Amino acid sequence: MFRTTSRSTSSAPASASRRGFLRGSTLGVLGTATGVMLHDLTLTQAMAQTASGPTVSADGVVDLGGGDTGVLNYAYALEQLEAAYYTQVVDNPYSGMTRTERDILADLRDHEIAHRETFRVALGENRIPDLQVDFSAVDFSSRQSVLTTARTFEDLGVAAYNGGGAAIQSPDILVLAGKIVSVEARHAATIRTLLNPGSADFAGDDVVNLLGLDQALPPSEVLAAAAPFIATRVSANQLP
Amino acid sequence: MTDATQSPAPGILDDIDPDLGERLSRREVLFASAKRFGPAATIPVLLAGCAAVKTVVTPLPQQVKDVLNFALTLEYLEDEYYRTALAQPNLIPAQWRPTFEQISAHETAHVAALVAALDVDAIAKPQFDFTAGGRFGDVFSNFNTFAALSQAFEDTGVRAYKGQAPNLMLDPNSLTTALQIHSVEARHAAQVRLVRGVLPWISGSSRTGLPAAAQAVYAGEGQTVQLGIDNARFVGAADASEAYDEPLSKQQVLDIAGLFLA
Repeated sequence: MFRTTSRSTSSAPASASRRGFLRGSTLGVLGTATGVMLHDLTLTQAMAQTASGPTVSADGVVDLGGGDTGVLNYAYALEQLEAAYYTQVVDNPYSGMTRTERDILADLRDHEIAHRETFRVALGENRIPDLQVDFSAVDFSSRQSVLTTARTFEDLGVAAYNGGGAAIQSPDILVLAGKIVSVEARHAATIRTLLNPGSADFAGDDVVNLLGLDQALPPSEVLAAAAPFIATRVSANQLP
Repeated sequence: MTDATQSPAPGILDDIDPDLGERLSRREVLFASAKRFGPAATIPVLLAGCAAVKTVVTPLPQQVKDVLNFALTLEYLEDEYYRTALAQPNLIPAQWRPTFEQISAHETAHVAALVAALDVDAIAKPQFDFTAGGRFGDVFSNFNTFAALSQAFEDTGVRAYKGQAPNLMLDPNSLTTALQIHSVEARHAAQVRLVRGVLPWISGSSRTGLPAAAQAVYAGEGQTVQLGIDNARFVGAADASEAYDEPLSKQQVLDIAGLFLA
């Protein structure tokens, strides 16, 4: 089983499959756009095709980049945050953590690590650096503090994938995001039921509106909500 | 499509839920909802409510209509399933009524949202047989059978929406709305699985004690390779499969749902 103990996320080696993926996906269209083509493109499409990779400014702000690279880095940033969080939760169990709760939180850790590593390998050289997290607001000895923060992360993950889906250019990457977001929603429902068993909170009226729709938030709002937990400053200036 | 204040298509909505046509005809409800969930909710809320508020919208591409009607078939099924179950006096234990009342309310809303988006192109509700020709004869008298089928419907719904996402890329508003429904189905699925006392996520291709007829719901769920990257090398095969819900094709979903068409 893959385990991380550092608060920073760990690095994975480069691989041949990553390069194969990059060639075979729409990431390969980077740099093919010309000014002439812009007449027939929507702004979003144009951004995707002229997108640059991620950058780190002189004062340390990490920008996710544009197009599908930017969307993948956006997801990668959130998965780094979640994986680091559950790693710390499982390594420092709160008082009274039941066996069932431990198993659930360890599953969440492993699911988020799988997501993080897949994005890391898929992005290859186009990935953002490892983010530094800040969980100083969390009391890891407190069940309420740990699960409430987990609820925030999972609901935010759902809203982020839902809000980011329409910006994705590649069908393969859209399907990948779809495969992940429903698991994040399963996590959210489970954490919510741990906090309030038997209630309607698993899909509560605070996150699902009158039309039965879950939240969908743009990167700017998601990053603002996540900012207290990420020491590294992150921007999404090239995403819609 | 001329009057923004009149009640919308009352016939269609009233067939679904006597209260819903009235609820959705009230612009203030829609806008209160949009306000409550922030600006990001506005587009999908207005999309879903567009027929209800008589907003003139660009006609949907046929491919998008086909997907929305496919989704509507599943939502009709789920909506009738839960409303029938909640009407049985001794089926759902008191401790689980809040769970199924919430799920039922969402499925009713999903039907209304899809009918509103499709407007005159919405298909009519099919006739359902939730016993599947007698195979699940006690579905509305035995809670275990009811919860088992509920899990099958919810897990199928998650996989069905996921499989259609690429077909909605033509219309970003419809895609976003479908994604917002999709994650709600996943919340439902997890909760129903917890009610049944099984893992809230799908591990391997396990049908978690459901009847053999339900195996099609979990076909291919044991996948651990994503974008050519085998996740089993990161976390082991079980977690690697749980971490991703796999799509089902339209035909796979129709084969499952077909068992319950009268």
